[in-house]
Amino acid sequence: MYDLIVIGGGPAGLAAACAAWEGGLRSILIVERDQELGGILNQCIHNGFGLHYFKEELTGPEYAGRFIRMLSDTGVEVRLDTMVLEVTADRQVHMVGKTTGYRVEQARSIVLAMGCRERTRGAIGIPGTRPAGVFTAGAAQRYVNMEGWMPGNRVVILGSGDIGLIMARRMTLEGAKVLACVEVMPYSGGLNRNIVQCLHDYDIPLYLSHTVTDIRGKDRVEQVVVSQVDERRNPIPGTEMVFDCDTLLLSVGLIPENELTRQAGVEMDRRTNGAVVYENMETSIPGVFACGNVCHVHDLVDFVTAESQRAGAAAARYVAQNGDAPQRVLQVRNGDGVTYTVPQRIRPDRVEKRCDLFFRVNRICGDSEILVTSGDTQIARFKREHLAPGEMENITLPRVLLDKARDEITVSIREVEQA
Amino acid sequence: MYDVIIIGCGITGAATAFELSRYRLKVAVVERENDVAIGTTKANSAILHAGYDPMPGSLMARLNVRGVELARTLCEKLDVPYVPCGSMVLAFSQQEKPHLEELYRRGQANGVPGLALLTGDEARELEPNLSDAVVAALHAPSAAICSPWEYCLALAETAVRNGVQLHRNTGVTGLSPVDGGWLVNTDKGQMWARYVVSAAGVDCQQIHELAAPCPYTIHPARGQYYLLDKSEGDRVGRVIFQCPNDLGKGVLVAPTVHGNLIVGPNSEPVEGEDTSTTAAGLAFVRDKALKSVPSVQFNQSIRNFAGVRAVADTGDFVIDWAAPGLLDLAGICSPGLSAAPAIGEYAVELLGADGLALEEKEQFICERHRTRFKQLPQAERAALVERQTAFGRVICRCETVTEGEILEALAGPIPPCSVDGVKRRVNAGMGRCQGGFCGPRVVEILSRELGISPGEVVQDQAGTWLLARETKGGDK
Amino acid sequence: MKELICIVCPKGCHLHVDEANDYKVTGNGCPRGAEYGRIELTHPTRVVTSTVRCAGGRYPRCPVKTDQPVPKEQIFEVMRALDQMELTAPVQVGQVVLSDVCRTGANVVATRSI
Repeated sequence: MYDLIVIGGGPAGLAAACAAWEGGLRSILIVERDQELGGILNQCIHNGFGLHYFKEELTGPEYAGRFIRMLSDTGVEVRLDTMVLEVTADRQVHMVGKTTGYRVEQARSIVLAMGCRERTRGAIGIPGTRPAGVFTAGAAQRYVNMEGWMPGNRVVILGSGDIGLIMARRMTLEGAKVLACVEVMPYSGGLNRNIVQCLHDYDIPLYLSHTVTDIRGKDRVEQVVVSQVDERRNPIPGTEMVFDCDTLLLSVGLIPENELTRQAGVEMDRRTNGAVVYENMETSIPGVFACGNVCHVHDLVDFVTAESQRAGAAAARYVAQNGDAPQRVLQVRNGDGVTYTVPQRIRPDRVEKRCDLFFRVNRICGDSEILVTSGDTQIARFKREHLAPGEMENITLPRVLLDKARDEITVSIREVEQA
Repeated sequence: MYDVIIIGCGITGAATAFELSRYRLKVAVVERENDVAIGTTKANSAILHAGYDPMPGSLMARLNVRGVELARTLCEKLDVPYVPCGSMVLAFSQQEKPHLEELYRRGQANGVPGLALLTGDEARELEPNLSDAVVAALHAPSAAICSPWEYCLALAETAVRNGVQLHRNTGVTGLSPVDGGWLVNTDKGQMWARYVVSAAGVDCQQIHELAAPCPYTIHPARGQYYLLDKSEGDRVGRVIFQCPNDLGKGVLVAPTVHGNLIVGPNSEPVEGEDTSTTAAGLAFVRDKALKSVPSVQFNQSIRNFAGVRAVADTGDFVIDWAAPGLLDLAGICSPGLSAAPAIGEYAVELLGADGLALEEKEQFICERHRTRFKQLPQAERAALVERQTAFGRVICRCETVTEGEILEALAGPIPPCSVDGVKRRVNAGMGRCQGGFCGPRVVEILSRELGISPGEVVQDQAGTWLLARETKGGDK
Repeated sequence: MKELICIVCPKGCHLHVDEANDYKVTGNGCPRGAEYGRIELTHPTRVVTSTVRCAGGRYPRCPVKTDQPVPKEQIFEVMRALDQMELTAPVQVGQVVLSDVCRTGANVVATRSI
């Protein structure tokens, strides 16, 4: 019997395990499917990680390395190369590994930290032939940065998410010609800094409001056709551009990997594609927590760390207190302009001083106000100069304000009239 | 000198090879591509049709009904995923009801068991997600679904284990009659056989024309599909058809044996083997499918694909002598998968009648087994990993496929030589991430086990290279 | 007056740099933005992150970075220098694997232990 089993040894799992150790748990197991800890950070060799948490700019492996070192100072047990096959509602974890065999372990608490996967060609339905040479950006990143192989020489990238932008630069540095980055939305899905230092620095054109409408080539990609799209994202005939290339990289979104979560019977949120969580990242199953990209897709690993530390600490409290009676619950609702919030539920009595609330907006906004209301009462208001769907927002709600709310709070955006 | 050379190792060629492998004969199969099941066989609806559709008296009717009867036991013996789920044809108006009645009559004539005409409500009782607009349905409990490529692979593997020689990467370039048989020119050299059987799919007409003028024309017809995630796998429990029209059996919505939902196909004439998908074709498929089952969630799509089927202008399968000693198995469009074992049986019958001595082997292997870790009960999983640790390393996380299963496939009678070859044998990369995670690992395993550089590993057929060169200025 | 997007942190401040007025920067959210704005218009620099060949590890590459920004126009020169290198495990994170790369004054350091 473990106090805590953490599923996944990426940034979320590492931070949760460390926090749970600090919180007093002494029987913790991390189950990691890969041969090493660190998760996707190991292949993110670019810098830009850790500015919030470590106050310095680190690469992915460095960021992961610091947590792996912190973990090695604890007594947390790690099983590598071990895949969790099932999690049950009564907190049994079925796992299989080459050296550990098939095991079923019982846990007092569980942290789900399995991360996310990439959307594929099939998910977005790009027509055309089906040759080799269409890769998700993350798979290409693994080939280039870890295996040391280039997936192609002439590249078009669909999607301007950060991984796609980073790979545009990375493949250019390794001698490939990146012909274009194509984004169906009228704005980029990635950080502005990455547009500058990954595209502008290397004169790679970014085509906004464009998409790939055809893939050509029998065996290997030979051409992709890019078309402009209208406001409803339908391709506009006559705007086709043909790129001679051997590779198409897709950076078209991430999907939390929640097969284990669903199987366990955890209540899911269709908007985040993750579990519905309370203020301490606890799911609908008591003692089962979710954090990091398995809960909702983050832009910055620093926020994954912070969220996962909350989950780990909460797991430690849960084990220490052996659970406790249900309390007053506030539902967090998405108002105008808000796509989702995490947490989706808040138990004010569990909030010590303040509660962080993360959310995404559904459109680009200039000068705006974030309004938090309960019924007809406004309980908080925050100002922002700029909001974008690609950038996760967060606000902090003090406990005293939450005590004013009844049953639900609604988060909405009000754009201030532009001059 | 072979007794028989079969051209093509799709489902038709494999089924014929399997049938021939019962006898004391020297048989070879030549396959142009680097793997079996790589043409029409890998891209179709995966349906074993009940047999009410073909016109009574046609080869299609006879071989379809006989084929699905054989399939039931074959799939069991050869460990091929097979689910006897039944099918339904929907009518959306009173005008369409006579179509159902016509299919019912044909089915009776063809000897299809258990057919029943249902009202719309009765149909919805069986399939709650059917559209409210359905006014009547034909229920055919004997229809089934299977894994077409594994079916083909199982037949081919068993044939090989029974002594048939499979030559992959061997395309036929010429056919010349010689004394007592045929000289088969291939891009790998010359071969001789008493009989040649052409199971060349879309290229049957070209093969025929190498030997004799061809009395029929093959019109390749393309069908486009959606494959949806397992989250949609329970949307329907049966194969749901609409009333057939001139373009084929129409768009269907069906579960797959792998737990996904398949939607398609449309039908459009194409040149050669153009298996590209188009925005218009996919939109058509989507619209038609939603007419049958309005709640299908297309945002759960994990893959689109298209298959090309060889439709002969005769309106039926063409199973006939192209020339003395050269047997055509041509125009094998739908219901070709359903009919396959019966086509093989019939081909052997024709060869025997022509004088091929059919002397049964004493030892004929008619069984096959592969390890499916995912489907094993807990205790067996544990024991398996204990015995062989490679079964403890999960490679494909979406489909829970272990390294042990991949190694088992690599040690099989027809080892895979591509990433998709591995997929067709053990399902790695078939799931929702479509090989995003396991692709690099499969490449690594293939590179290691085949003793080739990662740069030489291909995605699928020859030419589908994956990796251009090493980083750090390494050149290809 | 030049407009720039700051790349110092993920925030991406919109900077205005007045070239005529000693590269005075406005729109920056922190002092590092002011420094970036000035340098970007006078002698732009970037940290280079890449890999080098590495024998004896689980993977055939070791991730590296320059420990300070190098002139932008020398990025590809630095990359070519990295192409020539081959490390052998063990490697420690932070270990200098190439000092004063291309006379930029920057060292190339390993970003993970192998």
